[in-house]
Amino acid sequence: MIEAKNIDFHYGDFHALKNINLKVKANTVTAFIGPSGCGKSTFLRIFNRMNDLIDNTKLSGECRIQGQDIYHKSVQIDALRKNVGMVFQKPNPFPKSIFENVAYGLRVNGMGDKKFIEQRVEESLVAAALWEEVKDKLKKSAYELSGGQQQRLCIARALAVSPSVLLMDEPASALDPVSTSKIEELIHELKKNYTIVIVTHNMQQAKRVSDHTGFFMLGELVEYSETKKMFLNPEKEETQNYITGRFG
Amino acid sequence: MNKKISQYIAFTIFRVLGVLVVGILFWILGFIIYNGIEVISWDFIFTAPTDGMTAGGIFPAIVGTLALITGSMLFAFPLGVMSAIYTSEYLPNGWISRFIRIMTNNLASVPSIVFGLFGMTLFVNKLGFGSSILAGSFTLGLLVLPMVIRTTEEALKAVPNSYRSGSLALGASKFKTISKVVLPCAFPNIITGLILSIGRVSGETAPILFTVAAYFLPKLPSSIYDQVMALPYHLYVIATSGTDIEASRPIAYGTALVLISIVLIMNLLAALLRRQFNKNIKSK
Repeated sequence: MIEAKNIDFHYGDFHALKNINLKVKANTVTAFIGPSGCGKSTFLRIFNRMNDLIDNTKLSGECRIQGQDIYHKSVQIDALRKNVGMVFQKPNPFPKSIFENVAYGLRVNGMGDKKFIEQRVEESLVAAALWEEVKDKLKKSAYELSGGQQQRLCIARALAVSPSVLLMDEPASALDPVSTSKIEELIHELKKNYTIVIVTHNMQQAKRVSDHTGFFMLGELVEYSETKKMFLNPEKEETQNYITGRFG
Repeated sequence: MNKKISQYIAFTIFRVLGVLVVGILFWILGFIIYNGIEVISWDFIFTAPTDGMTAGGIFPAIVGTLALITGSMLFAFPLGVMSAIYTSEYLPNGWISRFIRIMTNNLASVPSIVFGLFGMTLFVNKLGFGSSILAGSFTLGLLVLPMVIRTTEEALKAVPNSYRSGSLALGASKFKTISKVVLPCAFPNIITGLILSIGRVSGETAPILFTVAAYFLPKLPSSIYDQVMALPYHLYVIATSGTDIEASRPIAYGTALVLISIVLIMNLLAALLRRQFNKNIKSK
């Protein structure tokens, strides 16, 4: 599904990612863990080319999603970002109604069919486990929702444009424990239809939600294996030290 | 204790200064209202001056000022907003954007009489508009252009970047992101820039002196190539070089009151508009 080969990334003089190689299977959840500044979020943003928005950066290596080289000249970034959805660290709904937030992606991608939009909005909100809570107030502002609901709205917004990959950049770090567990349940559900890559600070969360885990440190992918194996019996000493809380 | 005293002294100074500023404003307003209110009547607003501008109303000047506000805003607002979008959303940070910003600030500090002379040279003479609403509007528009650009830039900067990345991450193009998310968010603040510009435009005398303003022209303009009277210039004329300055003094106060009222009404209108927009953004 996703295949990264020899990825190197620089912010100016700073070597943020060093020769990363990794494959992600379809319909699995992959978690990236590691201390702050280790490059895990940077690596996540390679997949939907959000790093392109930052000035003075350099990327080398190859990244393929569904077989397509996403940094090839012929790639349309809009289409790529539609296919590779993203949920951010802090909930960032637009200052519009709940309905318009979810419909936004469809509208900007040229969908004008009202019936279809209404149907997609409902499906997406159902998929994001938010429909029951908001179905009577779709016209209300997204900012009347709680933080956890806002984050699920952002997930629904990303799902509405039918992506195949969903990137989540610490999606629960700004939320309380109850909202966090709702998001985690949701990730379990979404796995059936989407390939999910999640960055998290929380190792327990990685353990709970993911099938594979990658441990990053100082721009390197130290270890990448099945989550069960990683947490029970890590190969590298650094991994062992990190997951047992000896540093980080 | 020492800390408390110094804090107390500081706050007292701030408070006194704050009251002073508001006090001066109310003093000016009160003075103008007190002296001007007696001449205000239906006839004063809706008739032309008579008897060498010592009697009658100021209708042509009101219409002239409104025409100049409309004309200059039609020119400066779209142009200013578009250039601000370009410099703050599209232009990468670098020496070009710095240069443009510095030049915009310089333009803002050019004295208004220089704009007047420039307008006369370019619009009145070179482009052959003559002394007209068109030439005056362009000149006033140029005068407030930097203000519109700066306030729009500030408004755009106040829109959180997370909205932009959220939109781009959904596959929206940069143009769609700006037009559907960034601009609607920035709109209330952009409107504030518009209000400030209207206040500025309606009060300026120097830029219209050589480009549009008529000393005495008791008929209404019939096209954009006509001259008009304007409130600030009319006020200047009857206060300094009218036929009988003493006799026209009440009219001068009345004119000042009307001018201030127009600005206040515009501000009020814009504040209401802003509130409406904010409400719409929150609920739609």
